[in-house]
Amino acid sequence: MTTSALILMIVVQATVTVVTGYFFFKVLKTPPNAEPDSFSDND
Amino acid sequence: MSTSNDGWGSRVGLILAMAGNAVGLGNFLRFPVKAVENGGGTFIIPYLVSFLVMGIPLLWVEWSMGRFGGKFGDHSTPFILDNITKKRIWKYFGVFGIFTNLGVMAYYTYIESWTLTYTLKSLKGDFSGKKIDEVGVMFDQYVDIGAASGINFPIWALVAFVITLCLNIYILSRGLNDGIEKVAKFAMPLLIIFGAFLAIKAVFLGSTGNCADCDSHIGLNFLWEPHYETLWDPKVWLEAAGQIFFTLSVGMGTIQCYSSYLKSKDDVALNAMSAGWMNGFVEIVLGASVVIPIAVGYMGLDWVKENAGFMMAFKTMPYLFDQWGPTMSVISGVAWFGLLFFAGITSSLAMGTPWMGFMKDEFKWSNNKSAWTLGLLLFFMALPTIFFFEKGVFDEYDYWTGTVSLVIFAFAEVILFAWVFGIDNAWEEITRGADMKVPGFYKYILKFVTPVFIGVILFTSLFKPKDWASPFKREGGWNWADDSIINQIFHLNNEVIWFSEHGATNMFYIDMSRVFLLAIFIGLCALVKIASNKRKKAKLANS
Repeated sequence: MTTSALILMIVVQATVTVVTGYFFFKVLKTPPNAEPDSFSDND
Repeated sequence: MSTSNDGWGSRVGLILAMAGNAVGLGNFLRFPVKAVENGGGTFIIPYLVSFLVMGIPLLWVEWSMGRFGGKFGDHSTPFILDNITKKRIWKYFGVFGIFTNLGVMAYYTYIESWTLTYTLKSLKGDFSGKKIDEVGVMFDQYVDIGAASGINFPIWALVAFVITLCLNIYILSRGLNDGIEKVAKFAMPLLIIFGAFLAIKAVFLGSTGNCADCDSHIGLNFLWEPHYETLWDPKVWLEAAGQIFFTLSVGMGTIQCYSSYLKSKDDVALNAMSAGWMNGFVEIVLGASVVIPIAVGYMGLDWVKENAGFMMAFKTMPYLFDQWGPTMSVISGVAWFGLLFFAGITSSLAMGTPWMGFMKDEFKWSNNKSAWTLGLLLFFMALPTIFFFEKGVFDEYDYWTGTVSLVIFAFAEVILFAWVFGIDNAWEEITRGADMKVPGFYKYILKFVTPVFIGVILFTSLFKPKDWASPFKREGGWNWADDSIINQIFHLNNEVIWFSEHGATNMFYIDMSRVFLLAIFIGLCALVKIASNKRKKAKLANS
């Protein structure tokens, strides 16, 4: 692979992975709202 | 409106179901092909810009609209849109949010059934020792391509389709929590594991020695080498915006349906971002790393340039996996077709929910009744795409329901939400209960940039010329592209011939499929009218 292709691939894929992980982690870490909320597992 | 107590079990389940709705076959098959056709690595720049200024705002609009409609007990777009404005005509725009899903689910379930069959074929080792041409012939025989009569009658593909459809309908009949959410929680992690396994195999494949340039790294280079001059080409921007549209499943009505089961104080902003980026991860990180690198690794770059396309999934990949030996061939085949099946079913289940929501809300049908009538309707809608596959009916469904309808509906809903409902009300809906800080500049993007972006896509789809550089014919007049909407409607590039000495022409089948789809649309409008009249009567009786 050329250096420019390699750098672009690594930067883009790493950024997308980190941003995806960040938002999903934020969802997991956010405490559920007070009842009644939308999710039956929290009842 | 509904008194349904259907709903989601958990927030993670909802996000996985939403991400599953967006992640489809296109993440693995459409995105890499579009990238190599439009500037390689540079394609990612217009792609990400389109995601930021059109994709994210549209996700927020659809999630918010759905939650807003759910407050009034509505779970499908006709009456979700009706709640937003006093102008009653908008509910007929909402019909697109049911029609699109019926049309797409009909042919999409057929493709899904191919992936199910091919998972089993891989498990049985049916591709072992086969040459690439033989694998291609196996697929043609499976869908009965090249039948002497010109009509395709693929008996085993039909059986597999019915089984796949029944599976979808059974899951839908179980409801959101017990059906769709359970499947999403199981299918999405497996899809990511299968995708990661194949991506790692592709990255470490390197040179296979099959030919001078048979090297997966050349494939990756082909995908990621930036060609910055292509950034000035409007076609590249249109292709990137189009890809964002289709990959996020916006403009379909499924997102509104899923989010209509949220309470009005619960977050939509962070949920939408999480599901949207998860789809991006599957597409950019996994989808880009499988098909093209492995194919270049064994067939070389020139072969891939000539043959890259959707059918590689079935006609090429089994042969490539067979090069990894009998055990890895089975594992890789199951991983590949398994991930395509999971990507497919999580999307098709989402497409079934708007019809279910509508029939349950307006006609008080049960889950079972709504699901099995949907199955019956889809069965009859899918038959023309199966029997007249080679006549172009399959592509016709894809064009009208899977392409044109999405853009029309997305344009209508963004105008409705940002301009008719009002940007202040829209902003209030997006930010209420948000578990993240929504950047304020998105208010202006949503009001001005997103409608213009979608408007340009719609306008260019209507009037697309064969060549943007010279859009006029030498003899005068606009040189219509074959896939421009105006040309498609009026057959400007072709003479209309329905019958020849050999019988009915392809154009006859294509036009009849259009009449059929139009009849479905009109039928849905009639159902919305009946439901609206029922509501009026109920309102009068209560007052």
